[in-house]
This record gives sequence, C-alpha cells and structure tokens, in this order.
Amino acid sequence: MVHDMGPKPMRDKKYRFLSQPRRVVEDRRFVAGKGHYIADYDHADMAHVALMPCHLPAARIDAIDASAALAMPGVIDVVTGAELAAAIDPLMNGLDTPKVRRYPLAVGQVRYAGEWVCAVIAESRAIAEDAIEHIRLETTALPFVLDPEQALRDDSPLVHPDHNSNVLLDKKFVWGPVDDDFSAADHQLNFCVTWGRNSTVPIETFGVVAEWNAWEQMLDIRASVQMPKYADQIARALGLAGNQVRVHYDIDVGGSYGVKRGIKHAVLIGYLARKLHRPVRLIEDRLENMRAGDAHGPERKFDVSVAFDKDGTVRSMKMRALDNAGAYAGRAPFQLGKPIGAIVGPYRIGSVAYQAISVTTNKAAQEAVRGFGQAPTNYALETAMDRVAAFLDMDRLALRQHNFIKTDEFPYLIPSGSTYDSGDYHTVIDKVMAAADYPKLVATCNQLRKDGMMAGIGIATCLEPSGGNSSFEPLLNESNQTTTWMESCQINIDALGTVTARIHTTSSGQGHETLVSTVIGEILGIDPDSIRVVRPNSLESLPGNSPVGSRMAIMLGGAAARAAEKLKAKIIAIAAHHLQCDATSIDYQGGAMLSANGRHITWDDIIESAHRQIHRLPDGMDPGLASFDIMQVPTGGDLPKDGKVHMYPCYSFEFHLVLVAFDPIIGKPEIRSYTIGHDCGTVINPAIVSGMTYGGIAHGIGAALLEEFAYDESGQLMTQSFLDYLMPSSHEVPDIQLVKHCTPSPHTVFGQKGSGESGYLGAPAAISSAINHAVAGLDISFDKLPIRMSVISDKIAATTHHRSDSE
Amino acid sequence: MNITIDINGKDVSAAIEPRVTLLDFVRDVAGLKGTHAGCEHGVCGACTVLLDGEAVRSCLILAAQAEGSQITTIEAVDGTARQPGELSVIQDAFCEAHGLQCGYCTPGMVLAAKTLLQHNPTPSREQVREAISGNMCRCTGYVQIIDAIMLAAERLQGRNQPADGA
Amino acid sequence: MKSASFDYVRPDTLDAVCSCLASHPDARIIAGGQSLVPMLAMRLARPSLVIDIAHIDGLSAIRDDNDALVIGAMVRQAAALSDPLVATHLPLLAKALTHVGHPPTRARGTVGGSLVHADPSAEIPLVAVTLGASLRMRDAGEDVEFNAEEFFIGPMLTMIPPTACLFEICFRKPTSAYVGTGFHEIAARRSDYALAAAAAHIEADDAGIVQDLRLAIGGISDFPQRLPIDVHIDLSACKTNLDSNLTTAIDAALDGIDVVEDMHASASYRRRVAAELARRAVDDALSEIAQDLS
Repeated sequence: MVHDMGPKPMRDKKYRFLSQPRRVVEDRRFVAGKGHYIADYDHADMAHVALMPCHLPAARIDAIDASAALAMPGVIDVVTGAELAAAIDPLMNGLDTPKVRRYPLAVGQVRYAGEWVCAVIAESRAIAEDAIEHIRLETTALPFVLDPEQALRDDSPLVHPDHNSNVLLDKKFVWGPVDDDFSAADHQLNFCVTWGRNSTVPIETFGVVAEWNAWEQMLDIRASVQMPKYADQIARALGLAGNQVRVHYDIDVGGSYGVKRGIKHAVLIGYLARKLHRPVRLIEDRLENMRAGDAHGPERKFDVSVAFDKDGTVRSMKMRALDNAGAYAGRAPFQLGKPIGAIVGPYRIGSVAYQAISVTTNKAAQEAVRGFGQAPTNYALETAMDRVAAFLDMDRLALRQHNFIKTDEFPYLIPSGSTYDSGDYHTVIDKVMAAADYPKLVATCNQLRKDGMMAGIGIATCLEPSGGNSSFEPLLNESNQTTTWMESCQINIDALGTVTARIHTTSSGQGHETLVSTVIGEILGIDPDSIRVVRPNSLESLPGNSPVGSRMAIMLGGAAARAAEKLKAKIIAIAAHHLQCDATSIDYQGGAMLSANGRHITWDDIIESAHRQIHRLPDGMDPGLASFDIMQVPTGGDLPKDGKVHMYPCYSFEFHLVLVAFDPIIGKPEIRSYTIGHDCGTVINPAIVSGMTYGGIAHGIGAALLEEFAYDESGQLMTQSFLDYLMPSSHEVPDIQLVKHCTPSPHTVFGQKGSGESGYLGAPAAISSAINHAVAGLDISFDKLPIRMSVISDKIAATTHHRSDSE
Repeated sequence: MNITIDINGKDVSAAIEPRVTLLDFVRDVAGLKGTHAGCEHGVCGACTVLLDGEAVRSCLILAAQAEGSQITTIEAVDGTARQPGELSVIQDAFCEAHGLQCGYCTPGMVLAAKTLLQHNPTPSREQVREAISGNMCRCTGYVQIIDAIMLAAERLQGRNQPADGA
Repeated sequence: MKSASFDYVRPDTLDAVCSCLASHPDARIIAGGQSLVPMLAMRLARPSLVIDIAHIDGLSAIRDDNDALVIGAMVRQAAALSDPLVATHLPLLAKALTHVGHPPTRARGTVGGSLVHADPSAEIPLVAVTLGASLRMRDAGEDVEFNAEEFFIGPMLTMIPPTACLFEICFRKPTSAYVGTGFHEIAARRSDYALAAAAAHIEADDAGIVQDLRLAIGGISDFPQRLPIDVHIDLSACKTNLDSNLTTAIDAALDGIDVVEDMHASASYRRRVAAELARRAVDDALSEIAQDLS
C-alpha cells in the first residue's frame, strides 16, 4: 500500500526560501544563554532526587536500611524498587519477553554495576547525595556474565532467571536464494568485526520534573527528552488515563542523538510526585548518567560471510549480528532490526541471510543511539567490501562502483523487502573524487609512507534510511501489529494576519522551528521569519513520533507542507470568490493575489474576510484560517510478510573519503583529509544539514578511535566520567570538505530526505578502512572499534619482532 | 558562610555552604541560567564563565574562592552596553555561521571566543581550534563553530570599537 | 555530583595554614582547585576543612634569585606560561606548560598545586623531577625543603608532611651558556593526561661537550622518574653512533622501571612510546645546542 502523498511534488522550481542560506531561528536564544533547559525550570517547593547505585554486577538485594538517611534533616523520602514494584507495572518491553521485567529501580536483584537501587528525595540535591551515604545496603553477590558469546552458553549465569535464558531475541531471516548464490559464486570470504559499546553522550544529562495536581488529577512532565509516545508510556506505567499526563514540549533539549528516552526516570519521578504531593526533580549527574542512565549504545559482534565472483560482483551475504543488550531489553533488540531496511547498503547484493541475536548480560542497558544500529551495520558491510577488494586485488572504490545500484534502477527492491526510493551514487563519487583531488590524495599518502609514517586512505559508501517507519518492530515481534508512524502540524493565521504553527515534539538542536517556518513560508509565499512556531503540551497536541529515524524533514516537513497547502487552498478559494473567477486562474503570490483580469486582493483583505466578514466568504465555508495535518509515513502501512517488510521511505547517501596517518610507534591516528559527499535530496536549510553532517562525523570519529563504555573483568564500568570516556575535542575533528548532491525523493513534497544521522553512519567505517589500509602491507588488521593507539602500536610492533625473529 | 560575589557588575550576596561551587552559585543564587552544568568535573566546559576577564570552569571553583573577583556570565558577555534582544558581534557571528545546534555548549563557546579575540584579534583556524579545545560539543563537530569565530574576528577587525564591546 | 560538606577557611599566613592542618588532620589545601574540586565532586576526597591559600602574600610571585628562578606555589599555570623569566630561564617548563590542561584550567591551576597533587601523568612534576627542583614548604614554623627527585613516591603520593604547606619552588638556572630542552607527550587527545611523556634538559660547554644531561619520563609509572643516561656526547664531532648509543642507554634505563597498564594503554605501549619520546626529547635538546654552537 503506497500512501497518497497529496499535492504534486514541487521539485522543479527554484525555491524562494527552501534550500536558501538562511539563519536558524532557534540560534538567537541559544547564543544569548536564553535556552530553556530542564535544569533551568524552577518551581517553588521542588524536591530533589539522587539515585543510590549498587556497584556489584549481579547481586541479590537482601536488605535496604534507610532509617539513618530518613532521620537526616532535609531528607523527605527514600524509595526502593520493592515499593515501586508494588505500585506500578514494569516498563514496556518491545519484545514478547514478559519475564524480563524492568523497573526504574532494581527489584530484588541488582543486574549491573551502577544500577539504581534507591531514590532519595530531599530538599536539595546535595542533601540527597549526603543521605545516600547513610543508607545501608545488604547484598549477596551472584555470578555474573559480561561477554555475549558466553551469555549464550547453557552454563552461563542468567541475568533474568525467570526468563530461563539470556536470549532476548534470536531471529534468522533468509531473503533470497542464499545457499544457491554461495554455491554458484567464485569465491567466499569470512571475517568478524566488533563494534564496541559507545554512544552519543550529550553534554546535557537527562532531567525530568514531575508535578502532580491532585485537584485537577493531572501529572505535568517536563523533561529533556527525545521519546516517541512519551506521555502514553508514562500514563500506562503509572496506571493513569492518557489525558492525565501532560508532557511539556517547550523544553530545550541539550543534545540527545537518540538516547534520551527517559521512561524509567519519568515513571519514577511521576510516581514520587504523586506520592509526595510535591514537584519532584531529577537531574542526572554525570556519574548516574554514565553508569545507569540512558547512556549506552550497541555493542555488537558481526560474523560475516560474503560470496562474490572474480569480477567483483558480490552475490550474497550471511551476517550474524550478536548484540550485548545489557541487563534489560530497552531498545537494544530493535537496533538489530532497523538495519534490515538497508541490509545490503547501496549495493546490488541479491540475497542475504541475517541472524539477529540480542542477549542480556550484567552490563547497563542500551538505549537508542543515532542511526539505531545502522552505523555498526555499515561498519560491517563496508569492511566486507574492503576485504573483497583486497582478496581480488581490485581497487576498493571500483569494486563498490561495480556493485552500486545504478540511478536508473530506482525504485530498487532489496531482498529484505524495503524499496530504496532514489539515488545517484556514481555521481556523488565522481564529485567527491574531483573535490578531494583523489590523485593528489594518493600521492600524499604515498609520500607519507616514504617519510616513514603509516598512511592509509579510507572509504565508506553508506545509506542513511530516513523517515522513521518502525516496521522492524512487527518484524521482530509478531504480536506487535503497529503500522502507523505519523507526524502532525497545526497552523493558525490570526486576525492580524500573522502565522503561528504548532509542532508536537521537543527538539534537541535539529532546528525544527526553522524547518517548519521555512516550509510553511515557502508554500504560503511569506517570509519564514514572520512565522512563529510554538510547542504546545501533549494534551494540546496532535499525534507525533518525535525526531527519531531521521524522520523530521520528511514527516514534520510533510505535515507542515500539507497543512500549509490546505490553508493556501482556502485562501485561494476566498480570493476566487472575491474576484469572481475560477480558483485555477488565481495567481498566488503570497501577499498579493492576482486574477486573470488583473484585479488583485491582498493578504489583509483575505484575513479580514476570513475572521470578520463571513458574508464575504463562499457559501458553506467556515470562518477563520486554520488547518492541521496528521500524516502517515510515506510508503508505510504494511505488516511484515514472510519475514520481509518495507521499512523507511527515503534513502540518503554518503561517501566518506579520508586520509589517515600515524607514526608506527606512537600509533595515534591523525585525520589529514576528510571529504564527505552527501545526498539527502532537497535540503530545507543548508546550514542545519551541514551542521548535522559535521556533528555526525565527530560522533563517528569518537566511535572509531576514542569512545567506549568499557567494563573490567569484575564487571565494573571503567569509564564512568569524562576523564575516561574520551570524546573528540576540536583537536580531534579536522576541517571537513562537504560535497553536496541532490537526488530528490519521489515520496516527499519537496524531494527532501532525512539527514539527522548523516556522517555518523559512515565515518567509523571510513576511519577503520583508512587505518586498515595503512597497515595492509604488514598483514595485520584491526577488527574492533574503537581502534586505540596502544593497540595499533602493539600490533605493528609484534610484526616487527616477528620479522626480526625470522631474519 | 556569607559571601558576596560580583556577578556581571552586581554584588550578589547569600549565605551558602562552603561546598557550593561558583556554577551552582551563578545558577541557583544569582538565578542566571545561561551557564550550564555538563559534567561537574571540569572536562566539558559548558560551565565556562569569565573570572576577571579570563575564561574559567565555574564547576571547578568554589563560590567562596570567587569573592573579590569579577564574574561575567553569558548574560553579560558584551557588558551592559546592549539592550536585551540585541546580539553582540560574536553572538551574531555564531548565528550567521550556525555555529551551534542544541545550544548547550554555546555560552561556553561564546565566552571562549571572547577571551581568544581579546588576546588575539586575528587568530588562525588552528588558534581558534586550540582556544575552544577545552569546550566539548557533541552536536556540531566544531567546524561551524570555528567558522563563526573566524567570522567574528573578521567583523571585529572591521569595526572601530575595542574588542571589549564584543 | 555535589561535594560532601566541609568547612572553609582563608588564612592570611603560612603558619596559620600549618596550624589548621595540625588541628584538622583530614584538611585539604585548595590552591587552583582544578585537581581538588573534581575529587571533591566525586566524593573521592572528603576533607572536613578546606584551606584556601590564595590570599597569602608572596605565594604568587616569580622571583629571579640570580642563580635560581623561584616560582611561588600559587603562581597560576597561565601566568608561568606567559612570564618572560620562565621563557628565558626555564624553557623546559615553558614547553611543558603548553601541554597542561586547557586555557581555562591554566587560568586557575597553579604550579604548586600540580606538584602536590602528584598525578603520575602530570607535566609539571615531570619537569620538576627533570630539573631537580627544590620544593620549599612550611611545616610547624620551619622551612623544609625536598628535592623533586625524591619528592614523588607513588601515584598522588608525595613526601609532603601532613602539616606542611608548599610555598615556593626553586629551579636552579642553567650554568652553561649552551642549553637545550625537549618536551614530548602523547595522550589519546591533545591536553589529556599523558600516556607517556619525556622531558630533557641538556647543558654543554663552549666546546660542545655535554656536561649535564637530564632526562626524565612521566605517565608510564607511579611517579615521574629520571632516566640515568651516561653517554659521552660531543656535539662538535660527527653524530655517528650517537643515536644508537643513546637509544641503548635509554632502553636500558627504562628497563628498570615498572610500567603501568590501564584501559587506555598497555605497558608495552607505554614503554615503547616512552623510549621514542625520550629519544625525541634528547634529540630536540641536542639540536638546540648544536644550533647555538654553529
């Protein structure tokens, strides 16, 4: 079922506002320090929460004695998991795993080092932290498991004994004649790569304030959050009606990039607010965040086999993806599912076998991370292409170009059921090669090698599926029958003729106010800067699904466009009525509209009629000038069938070309050159898209070289603060050359595709490619991210010793 | 203990515990929310303020230590010369170059830029990179931030006013 | 991450500081606070009393004492970095200071504070050890002195008596006209604490014969340590065999050091990189002298 998109795509005109270099309207308040973040929200009578962790990776909770803490001045309450479990339902699981129960606090058992066992509520955060030190926790240590392969074994300790297994998900898909294709192929190779546990770690931690008004029976929630259906989930968990929870979307979020789901926090704080009849505030400190917040991301081992011919054609692929979910399900298992929608990347691979395994271990639970599993999968795919090229002694780029889906082959159906909308991969490659002066890059690389450095060129060609259709949920869990994934927008033109739009989500830097005002301004022909965008609360909002899955340019842009078109149609109808002509002969030019015979009517005339002069409106037309639109994701709406489903509507493309050099002893990779070709269709605001792309690359550099939530053998998290979890500073991110291309999508009103995950999806693969290219002559490779300097140096040194031994 | 701190040219007095940091004092006592807490252990730089004109990490200073110094926060980055709603040259350059996204690190970046441009009105890209190396950003990848500061430097050079009015 | 409660005092004199330390055995001195405050925030340090020494006269000056440069304990790292006396007489310290933290931490962090904090990866302790600086402190009414080479005894562990307060650091000026220095550090990111660092200070006579070769490494063990190098170096002669003699001597000296290992770097990495950085530091220093001689 292909959803009707409505008005004809406006791709061919040069736009007045869209795609033009325009300022991002949100920036004004942020540069002045006038953002409105959750920690800025002050309320008289607010109580403050701190969370007490247990530092054992697995333990039975025998007793919690909070009496000394409760006796301290300023301490209001101490709540344990036992109290919570008696009062609320476990948090929702996306999979059918009812025995894997999760509450905001540990219940009966601690399942990872740092897990929260108590919440202390006090008159100040400092007092709450003081009180934690007076709570006596008695525990009995239990056996624990950290390694996912070990977690699969029969003799492994079980993280959730009632579940009888550590396996949350083990699903095998076979799309196409995989075995036949492997038999028929000239060659096969196998390899294993591992994506280390990291995530996007925003500078602002998660925070939430909840207030319960017993008189109105209303729970007000303000949070630094990026979570679809947030109000619904809170209501369900707390046993409240949907319209008893009001989430305020006008809180600025200090970065999220996927992670700030905030369910366990909001449920806990909502419960406390109702119990204590005071506003309750939890702002995670950095230790709470890193150890046990919504902080960790995929930790995934890929076993890959590719079947290919001697001319470089990659016929088939088998991929086993084993992901270490941590102690609870969270969103982790679905991060194995989303990549299915682009499982072959930009390549014409005819068949795929994919096994997705998600296991529990005694590590912190994962949350959703930018790309939702696509970046790790691209890393595995791109490693495959590099390995095939090396095997065949073929140029790595030529191999990819040989396998690319060609421009005239779109729309292109991939084996797992998704249809790619459009693309022009070969042109992007050409543009980047020219812009980066590839021969000069190669010469530079060779010269660096002559000078004694290790140097390598890395390439990665990846897709960014965008639009956010979560059909991977029913694909991985048959009892989930969700096919709607919508977004909405409301527009009102007031009696003074000014336009206000309402969007129903929080934002964390994506510039949605600019996005929406630009789209509406373009359609109505008025200056976007005159359009105000506001964020009502969830009760005043229409349904939406938050900025996830690179969806907002498509979905929010789409809903805003459709709502604007409805208004425009009404304006034209009013004009036609006034000018006594056909609507089709109206030449709409924003502020002044002309009819065929040269008469015109102004914006103010229209407003006047609409608001105050019903006698001048066409018969049967309602007064006012307001519209709304609720839009389903284009091309979505189908349930999976036979293990296949169409996922996202639009597919952006990126080509990373990097030059990395390092001293063989020091082993510190330096990025000497970085060029990215980026095609996300029509760009609504260029600065927003370029900013996203650079930021995504920075995240990717971190994932490739620096960042890891590392545990030691005793199950302790070694990276609990920014002293050990190393993120790229301005020194670690080079200047980046961005080369743009536009292959519009046929599914969206302006041809726009998503770009919220751009850069991140390909950078780790490209950097790994470069480092491996640098050491290829030594017959060594690096198969795990992050690739640390120490590992590089040690591995190179080992070859030297081996060499000198054999001399 | 009772302390008084000069913040943005105004004396702010309060009775506080000695453990209160300058960051907490600025936000909770003086009520200025533009300075942000990111890590509270001195790595991210979101808490940057100016102390006697130099960029410092307010989470690493006890409020008591700041007595006798002049603290400038983002709210008064360009002194009191400008009206509310008016952006300084540096702030405007950040808007022009879109050198931000979520805005959380931005006050720190603007203050780091101001400090840099006071010492070095014509920095190279590398010098800008070094000047902001103590401020973490997870949104932008720094590229457009550096663009913004270079633009600010260019615009300040083109004016006849001292960098103090930045 | 709020600190545990503590009292705060701001004494006017060093002796007053010592009295506080004597009456509060778990008190901590706060200088710049860049190392102490994070520890307080994480509750790794829980003093009952914090003693602020910022207002004591005479601790913030850099003094030219003819044959020595004396740096007050409260001298801010940024001030030392931009001081012409330091640039002239302590080029090694000037080089090292550019690696210390970031401009906002150098604006507050102090030379003395970094020494007493004694992080094994810190640059200022490494320079102090290299140069054999004298650390002068006040303890119970008396001035006490330690040589930097004996002062650091473990990670965050020094010989400082529990009731003592460091007030100045005395760096002997070079005696020769021909001085070369070299400082190299490797960290995962620029300005992180070093995974390995090497500092070299070399003095030669007018004939180009090296009279004093001081080399130390940091970041690889529990505290910065001198590497004894006993190689005859004549810069007027040709350089054959010099490199391999030095390399052998450096490797031999490193053999005696217990190298640490953590998630960021293996011991073998640290050892290998330390040797390389030591070679580069010595090479830089010798090159500077050779340049001056020519």
